[in-house]
Amino acid sequence: MSDHNMNNHHEDHGHHKETFISKYIFSMDHKMISRQFLITGIIMGTLGMLMSMIFRLQLAYPDMKFSFLEGILGHWGKDGKLDPNFYLALITIHGTIMVFFVLTAGLSGTFSNLLIPLQVGARDMASPFMNMLSYWFFFLSSVVLVFSLFVDGGPASAGWTVYPPLSALPKAIPGSGTGMTLWLVSMILFIASSLLGGINYIATILNMRTLGMKMTRLPLTIWAFLVTAVLGLLSFPVLLGGSLLLVFDRSFGTSFYLSEIVAEFAGGIERTGGSPILFQHLFWFLGHPEVYIILLPALGITSEVIATNSRKPIFGYRAMIGSILAIGVLSFIVWGHHMFLTGMNPFLGSVFMLGTLIIAVPSAVKTFNYLATLWQGNLQLTPAMMFAIGLVSFFISGGLTGIYLGNAALDINLHDTYFVVAHFHLVMGSAAIFGMMSGIYHWFPKMFGRMMNETAGQIHFWLTLISAYCVFFPMHFMGLAGVPRRYYANTAYDQFNVFIDMNQFITIAALLGGLAQVIFLVNFFYSALKGRKATQNPWNSNTLEWTAPVEHLHGNWPGEIPHVYRWAYDYSKPGHNEDFIPQNVPDKGQVDPLEEATGLPEPVKNENSATH
Amino acid sequence: MANTTNLSTDKKTSWGGGKSPFSVSYGKLMMWIFLLSDAFTFSSLLIAYGFIRYSFPSPMENTIVKPLSHVAEHFTEAMNKAGLFVQDHWPAPELVFNHFPFIHGIHLPLFFVSLMTFILIFSSVTMVLAVEAGHRMQKKEVANYMLLTIIGGAAFLGCQAWEWTTFIGEGAKLYGNPFGPRSFAALFFIVTGFHGFHVFSGVVLNIIIYINVLNGTYEKRGHYEMVEKVGLYWHFVDLVWVFVFTFFYLI
Repeated sequence: MSDHNMNNHHEDHGHHKETFISKYIFSMDHKMISRQFLITGIIMGTLGMLMSMIFRLQLAYPDMKFSFLEGILGHWGKDGKLDPNFYLALITIHGTIMVFFVLTAGLSGTFSNLLIPLQVGARDMASPFMNMLSYWFFFLSSVVLVFSLFVDGGPASAGWTVYPPLSALPKAIPGSGTGMTLWLVSMILFIASSLLGGINYIATILNMRTLGMKMTRLPLTIWAFLVTAVLGLLSFPVLLGGSLLLVFDRSFGTSFYLSEIVAEFAGGIERTGGSPILFQHLFWFLGHPEVYIILLPALGITSEVIATNSRKPIFGYRAMIGSILAIGVLSFIVWGHHMFLTGMNPFLGSVFMLGTLIIAVPSAVKTFNYLATLWQGNLQLTPAMMFAIGLVSFFISGGLTGIYLGNAALDINLHDTYFVVAHFHLVMGSAAIFGMMSGIYHWFPKMFGRMMNETAGQIHFWLTLISAYCVFFPMHFMGLAGVPRRYYANTAYDQFNVFIDMNQFITIAALLGGLAQVIFLVNFFYSALKGRKATQNPWNSNTLEWTAPVEHLHGNWPGEIPHVYRWAYDYSKPGHNEDFIPQNVPDKGQVDPLEEATGLPEPVKNENSATH
Repeated sequence: MANTTNLSTDKKTSWGGGKSPFSVSYGKLMMWIFLLSDAFTFSSLLIAYGFIRYSFPSPMENTIVKPLSHVAEHFTEAMNKAGLFVQDHWPAPELVFNHFPFIHGIHLPLFFVSLMTFILIFSSVTMVLAVEAGHRMQKKEVANYMLLTIIGGAAFLGCQAWEWTTFIGEGAKLYGNPFGPRSFAALFFIVTGFHGFHVFSGVVLNIIIYINVLNGTYEKRGHYEMVEKVGLYWHFVDLVWVFVFTFFYLI
């Protein structure tokens, strides 16, 4: 029981009769669960993107009528005009879907599940059953969120941060009613899913590495997933606590987040003694680490893809691990920079500012290491590589504005303007989406056993890159001019309405970006079914997943799990014929780690391993 | 577990892959990770408590009622009149929680909650003894100590039910109470309720494990690790109570 890498562990599970349901629906195989996460994520992502198209149309053409809106939105789009309340609902659900369902579950859920067992050399996750539960909680949570689009009053409309009192008083705005309740239910299911997943990821990485896979030989993807899982594990419970109090405020008449200020809206009940700032603290204690929960897996994927496709060892491997850990630690002590303007003690503001600006250091370490890895590399410009380089580009251009926003004094001017929208869409949105795309193009052969079309991938990359910059770069100027975010229309304000042309440009670029994703979707689904058959190691990569056969086996490797003799980045090593040496290849005279290891337990009998 | 004992603790090789670096099974590791996460859930609630508690001035200083002194029948109203329970000051917990079953008219500040704490901590002791008996593979001893732990947990829950009933009987509601600010009772219900829910889950888990022990499941398996895992959970629930007790009743 104490050892799971011994070869006979999962083999007895492999011969169960697999029905359609146990193979495709309630699967406990990490590779199938990873595909389930990915496809659910893609569906949710498409939904979130379509929502952004609708509200972009409104921002660009506030006076025009689009008759098709009534067709899709019903009474929310009467006479082709988008209802202002539904505009708020759209930006809320767009944010929620993108942050939680696409970039948390869709990105980290997909690649943690696919890569952790394969890259550390394990037969499956520590607990395949909990892994399955994790997906189904996520699925339920998605269903509840999508369902909330159709309830009376519309979905939650208080912004993805659901600040009280809009979220705490069911009668505040139409979306504060049933829609908000369902948002909270969906989020609680999501937290359960993330907890089940996170516990599994950490236990698998720590306990189930194959022989010779020291922590300092782990691919950087695994390090990123490990820290991501720890962040999720420690920050989501705080949102759980915060949501619990919010549920009581909404439904049971307590007043944790309600003070005298909102008494007249509270519907007859006297509400005193609470503070909406309490919710903001609890929310951002999750909300800020959440940014890194999104970004770190993308950065891990990038490290792997850039090293492989530059045919060079990653530059500064240990510095990369150090910076991942530093980002992880710092992310917990900077949440206050979202609240500079909510009445915080200015001294506290300067403490949060210091922490925020220090994050620039590990981020810069990562950026320079990427650039140094690319430097004079033998670049293989596959779509995966292009997207990885695109991530580095967004990480720089979006990261630099983070230094502006992290500054408490500048934030007085920039807070809640389009500058913030531009910043986080570049550094967190686009960068993480590019990391996810990079991962999909790179590991598609592993997931589906087929290759994606490369030309379509290149077109997809260039269109997406150009449209993303065209959408988000002009927003900086709008933000500097003070245009507030989340406004339904700026027609009433002359000083903001001058940006109407810019808004039209942005919307056209966004529609172009949306079209580019159609290319991706077609490429993805066509290739998954009819693509060219993949070879076992199409990118000549070093990591262990490419030593497993193309066909998915339950238990990953047909025979023994490979032992590991080296780190994951021996590319173009002088004195070797090939320009890559997989981790399971020994140097001349290198001893099998089995013989080095002392005190390994006896191989465990099967009855033990089957019981938990 | 029989074979964890001969695992090497050599630093050089324990992180080298092929085995657990902490010499624990993944199940036990997962329990530790879960508890870490759960600790953050409790922290968020306790921090919310602290945030609201300290937005009010400290309790009024009590110079009237001494421990063990006789008190009037309508104690809460008397305290209201004496100016010790006012709406804009947090109430002193020792004046609110001064009841004891079957004893009327005597001021027993925090006596009952101390008894509850003692019961819960004592059930932790029996849990340790159960785990220890498990290491020696003494099925009968494990079963007996598990039973004692279950009784302790159930007794704690019973005490909590009595305390809640008394509290509600005096007029405490989620949206108001006669002792002080309206959040006082709401926070009490949510934090002790959330803890009580954990104790309840723990008792249910303990009962399942107890039945498995009686059925000899773990004897056949060759080790009593499941007892150890629920033991971890049980000690965690106790530890959390120590914090809840400190923050709610003592400070």
